[in-house]
Amino acid sequence: MLTKEEILHIATLARIGVSEKDVEKYQHDLSEILDYFKKLDEVNVDGIEPIGHITGMENVFRTDRQVDFGDLGKQAIMQNAPEQKDGYVKVKSVL
Amino acid sequence: MIRDLHNKLIGKEITATQLAEQYFDVIEEKDGEIGAYLTLTRELALAQAKLVDEKIAQGEEINLLAGIPGAIKDLILVEGVRATAGSKILDNYVAPYDATVIRKLKENGAIILGKTNQDEFAMGSSTETSAYQLTKNPVDTTRVPGGSSGGSAAAVAAGEAVWSLGTDTGGSIRQPASFCGVVGLKPTYGRVSRFGAMAMASSLDQIGPFTKTVEDAAIVLSALAGQDPLDATSAQSGDKKYEDFLTGDIAGKIIGVPKEYVENLEGEILEIFQKSVEKFKTLGAKIETISLPHSQYALPVYYILMTSEVSSNLAKFDGIKFGLRISELENELKANQESELGRNENLPKSSKNLLETYLDTRKIGFGDEIKRRIMLGTYALSAGYYDAYYLKAQKVRALIRRDFEKAYEKVDLIYCPTSPEVAFKFGEKSEDPIKMYLSDIFTISVNLAGLPAISFPIGRVVKEGNPPAGGLPVGGQLIGQWFDEEGILNAAHTFEINQ
Repeated sequence: MLTKEEILHIATLARIGVSEKDVEKYQHDLSEILDYFKKLDEVNVDGIEPIGHITGMENVFRTDRQVDFGDLGKQAIMQNAPEQKDGYVKVKSVL
Repeated sequence: MIRDLHNKLIGKEITATQLAEQYFDVIEEKDGEIGAYLTLTRELALAQAKLVDEKIAQGEEINLLAGIPGAIKDLILVEGVRATAGSKILDNYVAPYDATVIRKLKENGAIILGKTNQDEFAMGSSTETSAYQLTKNPVDTTRVPGGSSGGSAAAVAAGEAVWSLGTDTGGSIRQPASFCGVVGLKPTYGRVSRFGAMAMASSLDQIGPFTKTVEDAAIVLSALAGQDPLDATSAQSGDKKYEDFLTGDIAGKIIGVPKEYVENLEGEILEIFQKSVEKFKTLGAKIETISLPHSQYALPVYYILMTSEVSSNLAKFDGIKFGLRISELENELKANQESELGRNENLPKSSKNLLETYLDTRKIGFGDEIKRRIMLGTYALSAGYYDAYYLKAQKVRALIRRDFEKAYEKVDLIYCPTSPEVAFKFGEKSEDPIKMYLSDIFTISVNLAGLPAISFPIGRVVKEGNPPAGGLPVGGQLIGQWFDEEGILNAAHTFEINQ
C-alpha cells in the first residue's frame, strides 16, 4: 500500500490538488493497479531491446520552418488564453 | 453506402445541401435521446455542401467522399469549432487550426456535421467518463455505446452520420464499433497523421473511421492516409485507393486464430465466433490455430505505458495558455470549491502563486479517471521506478510484437472477436477500474504491436443478458500485418458481402 506521504509527493509532481478524501482513494486505487503490474515480474526480458518506435522508424527530419499565422491566427490562439494583457498571456508570479 | 450516395449526388437526384439537411433532421429527431454529438457545425457543413453543389452544377468531377456527411470525435481539431475532448478543462477551447485529417477530409469535399461525445481525453471504455453527457447505444438505449469513441460509433449506428472519425489507443474505435454493430478500423501505427488530435498515449494512438460498411471504411481511409511532416511518426503511404483492393476473394488466405483469445470466450459469443470461423472456411480461407504466448501480459504493459504517456501528454493542461484557469472562475464558484479543496502539504495557503494555479486548475478541471491515470503514470516515471515499470514494459512489449512476427510467418491474417462481451449497462463497471480495463483485452495487443485491425459485425447475441429484440451486436476483429490494411479490409468485405 502506498503511504499518504507518497500519494502527496506524486500529486505534487503531477500538479494535481488533492483533498484528504482523495488521498485515501488514491492509496487504494493506485496500490490495487500497481499490484496488478507485478504480473510482469514473472517475464524474463534478459537481452531484449525495449521498443522505441513500433514500426522501427528512426531519426525523422523536417525543415524547421517558421510559419506565420498572421493576425487572425494570433487572435485565434490568444482567444483561448484564460487571462491576457497587451497581447501576452498573463500568469501568476513565478517567484 | 458512400458509393450509392455519390451516385445520387452526381446523378443530381439529391444535392449535397439537401443531403446535409437530411442528416441534420435525423440528428434533430434522434440525438436528444442518443447524445452522440457535443457540438453541431451546421454553418460549416452547409458552406462545404454549397461548394460541392457548385462543382456538380459546373460538371466538375467530384471525389467519392465529396458531399458525404460525417462526424468528428471531439478531440480532433476543426478550425473555429469548440474542441473539449469531453473535458471541463477545455470547456471553452476553440481550435485555432485544422488537424491534418480534417484538412484532408475538407480537400476531399467531405461534409462535417459536428463533434462527437467521447470519454474524457479518450480515457474509458463506455463514454461514461465524458464530463458532458452520456451517449446511449442506439441498439439498446439502456446500454453504453462502448468507448472511448462512443459518440462517433453511436452517430453512425443511429444514422446520424454516414461516417465518423474516432481515435484508438487500446481499442477505442474497435470496441464501440463492436458494441454498436458498425464497422471500425484502426490503421497501422503511422498510417494516418495524428497532428491536431489531442494526444493520449503517443506510442499507441491512431485515428480511424467508423462506417456502416467495410467499403466505406476503405473509402474514408483513402482520404486520411499518408505521411505528414507535422507528425514525425507518420509513414509513406503513396496515393493508394484502399477501396480498389476489395476483390471479394479470399480463397487460399491463411487466417490464424489465437488460442489464448478463444480460451477467454464463452456462451453465445463463442458460438457466434465459431460460426464466423466456419464462414471464412466456406469462403476458401484456411484456418490455423496460433499462439500468442505473451498476450497475458498485454494489459499490464498497456496500463504502464499508457498512463506514463498520459501523465506526460496531459501536462500541458495547466491553466496557463488555454482552457480552464481556476483563478478566473466566478468568485462564488471558487468560494464553494475552496472549502472542499485540499492543499498538498508544505504548500503556501494563498492561491496567489503559480503552483496553486496548476494544482487547483487540474484538480477541478480533470475528472477522476484522468487524475487516476496521471497519478499512476507520474508514479511509474518517477525517480527510482522508471526501470521497474516503463522500461520493463517496453521490453515485454517487444516480446508481444515478436509473438505477432512469428505468427505472421505462418498466417496472412489473425482473427478473433473484438471484445469478450457485448454492450453492458450504464454504471455496470464505472466503479471498478480493472474490470473496465478488461473490456479491452482483445484489442490492446494490436496497439502495442502497432498493427492494423478492423472490427465488423458478425452476429447478434439474442438469448443471454436480456437483449433487446433483434439482439446485441458482436464484432469480429481481423488483425493484419504492418501496413496491410488492404488484407484486412478485403477479408472483412468478403465476409460482409456473403452474409
